[in-house]
Formats: sequence, structure tokens, C-alpha cells
Amino acid sequence: MSKLTKESKIKILKDLITIRRFEERTIQMYAAGEFGGYLHPYIGMEAIAAGACAAIEEKDYIVSTHRGHGHCIAKGADLNKMMAELLGKATGYCKGRGGSMHIADTELKMLGANGIVGGGIPISIGAGFGAKMRGEGEVVLCFFGDGASNNGVFHEALNMTAIFKLPVIYICENNLYAISMCSLDSVACEDIGKRACAYGIPGHIIEGSDPVIVYNTVKKAIKHAREGKGPSLIEAKTYRFYGHHPNDPAEYRTKEESEYYKKEKDPLINFKKMMTKEKVITKKEIEKMEKNIVEEVENAVDFAHNSPEPELAVFLEEVKQI
Amino acid sequence: MREIEYREAIREAVIEEMDKDKSVFLIGEDIGVYGGAFRAYKGLLEKYGPERVINTPISEIGVVGAGVGAALTGQRPIAEIMFIDFTTLAMDQIVNQAAKIRYMTGDSLNVPMVIRTQGGAGRGVAAQHSQSLEAWFYHVPGLKVVMPATSYDVKGLLKTAIRDDNPVVFLEHKMIYLLKGEVPEEEYTIPFGEADIKREGSDITIVAYSNMLFKSLEAARELEKNGISCEVVDPRTLVPLDIDTIIDSVKKTGRLVVVTEACERGSVASDISAKVTEKAFDWLDAPVKIVAGLNTPIPYNSILEQASIPHAKDIVAAVKDIA
Repeated sequence: MSKLTKESKIKILKDLITIRRFEERTIQMYAAGEFGGYLHPYIGMEAIAAGACAAIEEKDYIVSTHRGHGHCIAKGADLNKMMAELLGKATGYCKGRGGSMHIADTELKMLGANGIVGGGIPISIGAGFGAKMRGEGEVVLCFFGDGASNNGVFHEALNMTAIFKLPVIYICENNLYAISMCSLDSVACEDIGKRACAYGIPGHIIEGSDPVIVYNTVKKAIKHAREGKGPSLIEAKTYRFYGHHPNDPAEYRTKEESEYYKKEKDPLINFKKMMTKEKVITKKEIEKMEKNIVEEVENAVDFAHNSPEPELAVFLEEVKQI
Repeated sequence: MREIEYREAIREAVIEEMDKDKSVFLIGEDIGVYGGAFRAYKGLLEKYGPERVINTPISEIGVVGAGVGAALTGQRPIAEIMFIDFTTLAMDQIVNQAAKIRYMTGDSLNVPMVIRTQGGAGRGVAAQHSQSLEAWFYHVPGLKVVMPATSYDVKGLLKTAIRDDNPVVFLEHKMIYLLKGEVPEEEYTIPFGEADIKREGSDITIVAYSNMLFKSLEAARELEKNGISCEVVDPRTLVPLDIDTIIDSVKKTGRLVVVTEACERGSVASDISAKVTEKAFDWLDAPVKIVAGLNTPIPYNSILEQASIPHAKDIVAAVKDIA
């Protein structure tokens, strides 16, 4: 069992707050028509990104999903460049070409959010091969959802990374729903984490609303990977407070269910309580942190607003090379 | 005549065929309580129950494969793939199985299946959700490819597709679902391989399908003001293609512009252009012009997205270039 340093705990708290505020702000902007396309809020699931990314090092990779803002932020993404990308500006991570679902950055070892369910899973096999070939102890965190765990790519990747003993950590964020399909109906076995045994790899089924549990479990998997023993599967039980996207009324869920998770399993509320109870940080310090983060998010909004659109002439030249 | 939304016309076609033939069923993702990603299946789970409205886990190859297997064993599935971009995940079942089984078995087996999907840009949903991939399916012998633009066409053609004993790839467009069009109350079907002259004209032929049909009609209205009379031909089905109606029109006008939203390289438009040039060269008074999307993944930024696909002004410019 790993013991979190105070530094790690503070990072986790900061990331939980930043993800929450960033997502809330983008939902506001989306509702106001400031940007279009699709938006998939990570609200309610922050503990997984925050806990997992606190456990890895800068040299390690992440492969994300369409619901990827949380992973990117926890990996250290620049809020300005993220916000600018959402607004399609030239200063965004992808120069406005990709949008919310396709944010990526080489320096941050972020191999991309992905608009295809399970799109990142086969990519993680390759990232694992690369890491093994370089022999520098890099690991790959591959995030995906309950929906993706029913897709062929999941099974092929777990099998392949297992036989080649690749340093990939598969983190299933089971938020119970793939758009409207409940994982209790879509997954044939009792828990997704149990699928690990089909591939002879360690499987963990954990409470995904607690970042400390996530952190400790990912640390175990990292040790396993760095010792050359191959991949692990972690199923983190979680819940998305919004529908699939902000305009989804989520009528396929009951009010009682959503209320339960919002009340009892809010990672941010629960972690703040824990931090103050264990006297790691005071309420006043949390308030100050929140204030700074809200300001940082607002600065990102301003940055995005004041950034230029991509130049059409540049784009048309670019197209000639494609 | 009443006007209904394109997606309502789809729903009507499905209901009529499901009521008529108990072997018709629906399979796909989020088609149950959710009613389909674009709500074309609203209320159908309630009406037909989970045995005929099968909501699946995320497994495109499973959805299409299930369709193939069910079709082989006497059912008539309508398999839905939420976005045409996701057909990539089901390609073996579409291309190597559904398309080829009848041929490979010497007619011993056949696959009466409809694969319904949608594509197209304009919603700001970026490269992996905005493609126009009809050329891929056009190029696979054994598949019929239907791409209706109007509410009237989508209803009549979907009924025909469901009744067809062979695999039909039925391609809708995300920007058309809410467009209203005239649809009669009485039952009707539209045969495959019959193009529709959506606007009669004498100076130039414009061939356009799906969302580009509307942009072409817009261009035609604009060109009328300049004294150029455009005949707009909507092929409606790409396979089988009604090349004769297109050639008859070209024999009348002497000029042709072919429009597609898909990227220009290897497009259906290129193929139509080559066919007409070969078969009607002596009637052409100018080279055939193609108006197509840029050869690029669709960008997220809305200015760039709009620049990546053709608009009425591009069609107007192409016409004026050879008029």
C-alpha cells in the first residue's frame, strides 16, 4: 500500500477542483452557444483522473476518451490551450482542428482524447511496445468506459498486451452508462474488472469516487508494469453527474439514482472533508485554492476569447499537402 | 399535402414495414428508450418490445454481424450504425460477409439486410463524426447504396430497402433530419435505380445527392437570376445508379456539374464524371466540372469546417465557369 505524500494529496485536491470548475464553466459557455459540436462533461468522475495521474510520472503516457478533459487537466494540460481548443481557436492544443474530443500533446505525453469509443485502446498497445523498446520504465495509462469494455478492441488489446507483457494499465471508468445503455445490462459478467482473469492479468475492482483508492491501486499496477510483468485492469466504479452530454436529459436514469451519487459520491466534497478532517489543509486554504483556480479558469476563457481564429489561407495551403 | 421531418418519414417507413412483416426488426446502439441518437426511432421500443427493438452494447461489428446472421436465417434486420465513421469498426461484416455471401455461395444464401447510418459535416463534431464515406461502399460489389435527400425519398426508398433481399447501405445525413418535406398519407415505395429530376432546366445539368441536393437547388435559384437555367438531377440511389437519366439530361443541356460533399479524391462524383465523359462525349460542350469537399479530415473550427465542404456559391461558380 502506498502512502500519499502531502504534496500528492494537494495535487489531487487541486486537480479535482480544477477539473470541476473547468467543466462547469465550459457547460455554461456551451449552453450560451459560445462553441458547438459535442461536449462530454467529466463531472462526478474527477477522482479517477486525479488519483491515477498523481500516481504516474511526467514521462508516462495517457490515452484518453471522448470524455477526456479530466485526464488532460490531471496530466498537466494548460487550461488556456484547452479552452482555446474548445473555442476552435488557432492557439488551442490542436490549432482548432480537433475540438474537445481530440485534444492531444506530445510534450505532456497525452496521446489524445478520442472520438471513437475504444479508439485509444489499440493505440495503447503500441504505446506499450514503444515504452518496452525504449526501456526507460515508462508506463501507459489507458482510460476507457464501460461501453468500450464490450467492444472487440478491448479484448484484443488485453490479450495482446498480456502476451507481450507490455507496461499498460487499463483503467475502466465504469460510470454505469454508455449513453443510454446501462452497464448492468450490457456487461455479461458481474464486474468488468473480473474480465482480467480471461487474460491472466491482475484485475482490480475499486471505488472510483475516492482518489486515494485510485492512486493506491494505480501505484500497484505501475509497480507490476515496471517490473516487466505486463498489464493490469482496474475497474473504477463511478458516475457522471450530467447526461452523456449537457443536452441529454438522461431519462434512462432515475432521479433517485442521480441524487444518490451527487449527494454521497461527489469526489470533490468527500475529498475536501477528508483533507480538512486529517488536517492536511485548512478550510481557508481550500477557499484560497478555489479562488485561484476559478481565476485561472476565467483567465483561460479570456485567453480563448481573445485568441484569433485559425487562418483560412493557412488551412487551404495545409489541405494541399493532405 | 402534409409536411413531415425527414426523421419522421424514416420512422413511418419503419413502422409500416414492421407492421407488415414480423421478420423485420431493429438492432443498434441507443435505439431503445433513447429512441436512436437522432430520435428516428422514438416510441418504437414501446410499440414493438425489446425482441424487435434490440438495444446492443457498443459493438458495431456485433451489430452488423448479428444482422448478417439473422438475415441468413430468415429475418429482415435493420442494423443501425450511429455514425458512418463507426462503420470502420464493422467493415469485415459489411464488406467481406454481407456484400459477398450471395455471390460466393452461388445464390445459395442471401442477406436481406439494411444497414442504416448517417454522415456529413456541418454540426461542428469534427473529423471522426463528420465523414461522407459513400464512395467506400459504392466501390464494393454486392452492396446497394442509397442516399436520399428528401422526406418523400427517404420514406419510399427505405421501404424498398427493407423489402430488398440483398444488403442495402442506407446513408442519411445529420443535417437533414429536421428538414420537412411533403409526404403523402397513402403508402408508396420508390424503386432503386431511378434518379429524380428535382428541377427542370435547359442550360446545364447539376447532379447532386443528399445534403448537396439542397445546396444545388439554392444555386439553381441564384443562377436563374443570371439567366442560367439549371436542371438538377438527384440520383437518390448511387448503386444502382441511374446513369441513363443523367446522360439524357446532358444530351439536352450539353454541360454537367457533379456535386458531392465527400472529399474530391476518389469520390462518386469523379466516377459519374468519367462515365458521362465516356458515354456522352459528343454531347458535351464543356468539360465536366466536379464540386466536392476538400481533401481533408473535417476540422472542428466552424470557419474551417464550412470551408471544407461545398456551398451554393461554389456550385454557382462552377456553373458559371462552364456556362
